[in-house]
Amino acid sequence: MNIKEKIYDVAVIGAGCCGASIVRKLSAYDLSVVLLEKCVDIGFGVSKANSGIIHAGFHHPVTSLKARLEIRGNLMFDQLHYELNFPFKRIGIIVAAFSIEEMKTVEHLYAQGIANGVPRLEVCSRERILSLEPQLNPDVVGGLFAPTGGIVEPYRYVFALVESAEKNGVEVKKNFTVWRGVRKEDYWMIESKEGEFVKAKYVVNSAGLYADEVSKAFNAEEFKIIPRKGEEFLLQRNARGLPSHVIFPVPGKHTKGVLVIPTVEGTLMVGPTAEEIEDKEDLSTTYQNLEKVFVQATYMVPKISRREIITSFAGLRPTLPSNDFYIEPSKKQPNFIQVAGIQSPGLTASPAIGEYVKDILKNCGLKLIEKTDYDPYLPKPVKVRELSFEELERLIESDPRYGNIVCRCETVSEAEIIEAIRKGHTTLDGIKFYTRAGMGLCQGAFCSYRILKIIAREVGIPIEKITKRGGDSWIIYKRLQDIDLNQ
Amino acid sequence: MKEKIYDVAIIGAGAAGMASALEIASTGARVVVIDREPHLGGILLQCIHNGFGLHLFKEELTGPEYAERFISEIKRKDIDILLNSTATRMAVFQTIKQINVCSSEHGVFKVNAKAIVLAMGCRERNRGNLGIPGTRPAGIFTAGLAQRLLNIDGYLPGKRVVIVGSGDIGLIMARRLTWTGAEVLGVVEILPYPSGLTRNIVQCLYDYDIPLYLSHVITKIEGRDRVEAVEVTPLENGIPNQSKSFRIECDTLLFSVGLVPENELTQSAGIKINPETGGPIVDARLMTSAEGVFACGNVLHVHDLVDWVSQEAQLCGKEVVAFLEGKTRDETQGRVSVGANLKYVIPNKYRLKTKNRFSMRALVVQDKATLMIKQGERVVKRLPLRHVKPAEMFHVEIKSEDLDEVYENGEPLPLQFSLE
Repeated sequence: MNIKEKIYDVAVIGAGCCGASIVRKLSAYDLSVVLLEKCVDIGFGVSKANSGIIHAGFHHPVTSLKARLEIRGNLMFDQLHYELNFPFKRIGIIVAAFSIEEMKTVEHLYAQGIANGVPRLEVCSRERILSLEPQLNPDVVGGLFAPTGGIVEPYRYVFALVESAEKNGVEVKKNFTVWRGVRKEDYWMIESKEGEFVKAKYVVNSAGLYADEVSKAFNAEEFKIIPRKGEEFLLQRNARGLPSHVIFPVPGKHTKGVLVIPTVEGTLMVGPTAEEIEDKEDLSTTYQNLEKVFVQATYMVPKISRREIITSFAGLRPTLPSNDFYIEPSKKQPNFIQVAGIQSPGLTASPAIGEYVKDILKNCGLKLIEKTDYDPYLPKPVKVRELSFEELERLIESDPRYGNIVCRCETVSEAEIIEAIRKGHTTLDGIKFYTRAGMGLCQGAFCSYRILKIIAREVGIPIEKITKRGGDSWIIYKRLQDIDLNQ
Repeated sequence: MKEKIYDVAIIGAGAAGMASALEIASTGARVVVIDREPHLGGILLQCIHNGFGLHLFKEELTGPEYAERFISEIKRKDIDILLNSTATRMAVFQTIKQINVCSSEHGVFKVNAKAIVLAMGCRERNRGNLGIPGTRPAGIFTAGLAQRLLNIDGYLPGKRVVIVGSGDIGLIMARRLTWTGAEVLGVVEILPYPSGLTRNIVQCLYDYDIPLYLSHVITKIEGRDRVEAVEVTPLENGIPNQSKSFRIECDTLLFSVGLVPENELTQSAGIKINPETGGPIVDARLMTSAEGVFACGNVLHVHDLVDWVSQEAQLCGKEVVAFLEGKTRDETQGRVSVGANLKYVIPNKYRLKTKNRFSMRALVVQDKATLMIKQGERVVKRLPLRHVKPAEMFHVEIKSEDLDEVYENGEPLPLQFSLE
């Protein structure tokens, strides 16, 4: 059969944490599945700027779809971590209250959490909360403790899901920007802006910020995704004030507030802000928000210092006016499933969303037969930084490239960079998110040129063709020998 | 497990590492120099402009020529050199110091030594440290990275360039990029005066009509994929006046906004850091808070001339030798305290019996300043200075005969430095 003639069972649009979870779930069944992504790499949209928190499930009312999928998703992370080996830790979440009024909200959160089925939730006195988290401002009056909350590295999580899906037969098409879906007899013809075609019997729209446009492109429901921007600040490893739990303030009406997050890699993150904007590409940051974030963060954890900032970034939450997830089959178009408005706690809920969408597809008539050779496991990726002296000694003997430390700040070896390239991450950002090379204190000042050379050598492209993250994000203008100074 | 044993292990083969190695090896001690790069000389090799060596060699050399003077001598000496080798961890025990080293060629091994010299140099502050608002496109480089790409690898990073900060590397790069056919559209400096050396302002900017915007800041970076423009805003009374902001269209932004000593390895061994310099706290012997671990060069405090780095490293080498011979074990040292208008004074202690040499930086720009050095109420030295500014480090020597042997609570009186 000509590859162009192939009709996939399911096409999933958008390789963020939802799309990745959905295809990974589907990869356990005897189906042909394709994942379509407009960016040069997976997880490069909403997911890459995620705070990386696995929420406990007390923030949303029991009636919401959000709360149901959040709780279910949270419970699924231990098994996923065991199977896929992405960085994940259940370090617990603390909500810190600074007044009697705030304690009333804490009681409400507690009741909501209990109704949602959050295990081992506790309301804490001042003494209890300070003994749990000595980094808190001693003005704290009490709070909530949810030991089941956790932290995850969001890009490694998405990479691992897609890697596992690919291992079980899912195809991934990057640089595929969906612009039209045409209904044929019993399948969808999906056209990309780049001029490619994909045919599929079922389509899942998990296009994040662009879910509204994709829906429109399929003549399905009309809705509007409103980007809600969040700015975050990353502080160095062993930062002063590094807490041992994720610290939340008592939430406001629409947001969970500015958090203090000890990341799973040992750095400290503060943020995010929450600001509704128009432009879906606006990832800019401002002085005002830096001010705001640090005022709020240092109120909770006074030792945090902005002198220790490594970098800042912004992400966009794809929100809907309902503020709930919108996951259901289209009422206008057949075999078209909407997965939209997946903002916080989207990452936490994502494994449950995968399962939920699988069930929706089944109800829509998709035949699910379990594969006999499904392999849910991925080997633990080698990270030189985490190895003992003896382990590293053996490894370098087998492959000397593990001894060549390319990124000094994060201790990433040449072999790890090559591994990332082999897995399809051929941009500077892709390698950064996969290996952490360039994510440390020097922000790539010492390792960029080394990584550029490794990419050029391994991929076989000239250095001027390498990009930061696809598109027009070139890094090197020209080689000196190609410059004509007489012009 | 592979182990190598030496008298002294030196981490870093730049200007500081090389000069201290030569000093120590001349006494016959067994020395190893460890560096991550495939060559000796460190950052000097990418500094192909001239202006090096005026103080030390009384002639004007390029960076590679300056480095070569040391490299050729090191190769003549019996010094072990481990290149392409990264020191990943350091541990300090009572008598022995241990460094974990990792390399493709030699695998992973431990270096045991009686003394260690920290000579890792510094890194550049970057956009992230400054929290400059705007987007995060490709085309943002530190000046040193751009220098490396251009001078060593032969890649031109962009064609229309704005430079943020008037540090020396940025100024040098303004001229270098112009020569390579790129257009340098301006240098933006937050302070009312340049941070680089005067000679570089003249030779690298004025000679090429490159505008220098003093008291200006970058208030926005634009561009989704690659840098497209920056918004530049003048500071008035220290506050950005947005009504006078202007845009410069460019595809590249270089940051030359200061250097930070690289002390992650130092901190991993629990050595105390001076928050003012970012380098370890050192006593009069240039010894850190860990017995037998010394520091010199840019890892200790950022220097503006390599000549001073070499000089400090030679001094450090002598101290290491004296330490190995047990000559400085029971020395009495007094505290050095930093007073008005000074950022820091290195070292952080002084000794009574021998000559002391101090390096320091001012916090102010001032003509006809006076450096006051006091022991208690008594003025030890009053040094008139023609001109001081934060960008230019200065030195002072104090002879032992100028110092009183006065003790307070069993310690010599603190030596107080201030600038008037």
